[in-house]
Amino acid sequence: MFPYLRLGPFLLQMPLLALLLGFWIGSTFIEREAARLGLNKEKINSLISYGLVGGILGARLAYAAQYASVYLANPLGLFSLSTSTLSPVGGFVIGIAAAALYAYRQKLPLRPTLDALTPGLAFLLIAIGVSHLLSGNAYGAPSRVPWMMYLWSDYRHPSQLYEIFLALVVFTIVLPKIIPAHAPGVKFVQFIAFTAIARVFLEAFRGDSVLWLDGYRAAQVMGLVVLIGCIVLLRQWERTCQHESILQ
Amino acid sequence: MNNSRFVAWMTWALILGMIWTVVSRVSSDQPQAQPGAVAKEGFAAPDFTLDLLGGDKVSLSDLRGKVVLVNFWTSWCPPCRLEMPAIEKTYRSYKDIGFMVIGLNLTAQDSEQAAAGFVKEVGVTFPIALDRDNAVGNLYRVTALPTSYFIDRNGVIRSVIVGGPMSEALIQSKVEELLREGE
Repeated sequence: MFPYLRLGPFLLQMPLLALLLGFWIGSTFIEREAARLGLNKEKINSLISYGLVGGILGARLAYAAQYASVYLANPLGLFSLSTSTLSPVGGFVIGIAAAALYAYRQKLPLRPTLDALTPGLAFLLIAIGVSHLLSGNAYGAPSRVPWMMYLWSDYRHPSQLYEIFLALVVFTIVLPKIIPAHAPGVKFVQFIAFTAIARVFLEAFRGDSVLWLDGYRAAQVMGLVVLIGCIVLLRQWERTCQHESILQ
Repeated sequence: MNNSRFVAWMTWALILGMIWTVVSRVSSDQPQAQPGAVAKEGFAAPDFTLDLLGGDKVSLSDLRGKVVLVNFWTSWCPPCRLEMPAIEKTYRSYKDIGFMVIGLNLTAQDSEQAAAGFVKEVGVTFPIALDRDNAVGNLYRVTALPTSYFIDRNGVIRSVIVGGPMSEALIQSKVEELLREGE
């Protein structure tokens, strides 16, 4: 765990730095994949920028909307640099909406664009794991396995290391040469499916799971729902392809 | 790998995932709350008892049932000085509905006179605790100043803000969130 690095009067947040680094390297993967798929690199870069800016603005506005009276009284608080006044869900939804709107207006083809984003998103997941390791967040359940790590006054599963390892596996799998996709969009759905499987598996070792009725871990249930969605989508695309080939 | 084979693999993964989800669920006899007291979100806030500036003592455990902001500060730290008026304003606005602030001065790195002078200058009315041997600072792993811990009515740390200054909106939104939970 290495959450902060002091550089004179400045306090560098290492988890945030890991995320920024992951985003930057991920963007280069996206650029390369976009070029390989014959997409306009500039438009894909703009798409990422719209998503990022929309996500950050959306996260702050969604948080402020929850405490409207506070922010109406102190509107300057909207410009705070603190990451603790961001709503992750709001940021995710508005970031996706901003990117989707840009893609729609620029007439970017949906499925190849999603395929181009895949290696970058997969790399970002590795960076998220590293940021968890640096911050000590997403910590493991208490355990006495031989590879346990001492964290937050207990011996625990090194869940952050599991997370990084599985993210590396998913990243490697979704590289074009490992499992070639036969149709546009399939690579992206495969990535989502693998990520969902990893989440379902990993969550069992976490010590900070949100629990739903009867002790079920929310992330596992959500992972299974996402996996079902991926299977349904792939089946539907398969049927469409078969139908088209019969017609031809 | 063709699409049909991939879907078949995914279907098997789904079945195994369902079994794994059921097997790994947290049973009702397992403790759900984090048992230890650690200075980390989601854990019980480590207890401490300290002398107050001007006499008397304060114990964190005595404030159970209230939303508490523990703010680590020193008089020589610029962001600490900048955020103190916002903390004071929030304290005055919410103190009657269950909000409490402990301004925890790291006296080992400061001096009681300087702390008292600054408190008077800003007009701070909440209790100022004196950590003369840095024991509480070490207990809370304070690596930067200011550092603030927002603690809910059950004594669980819900938010940690390292560095500053905190905006008034940030402080008020965190306090409102925790106060709403008790309604």
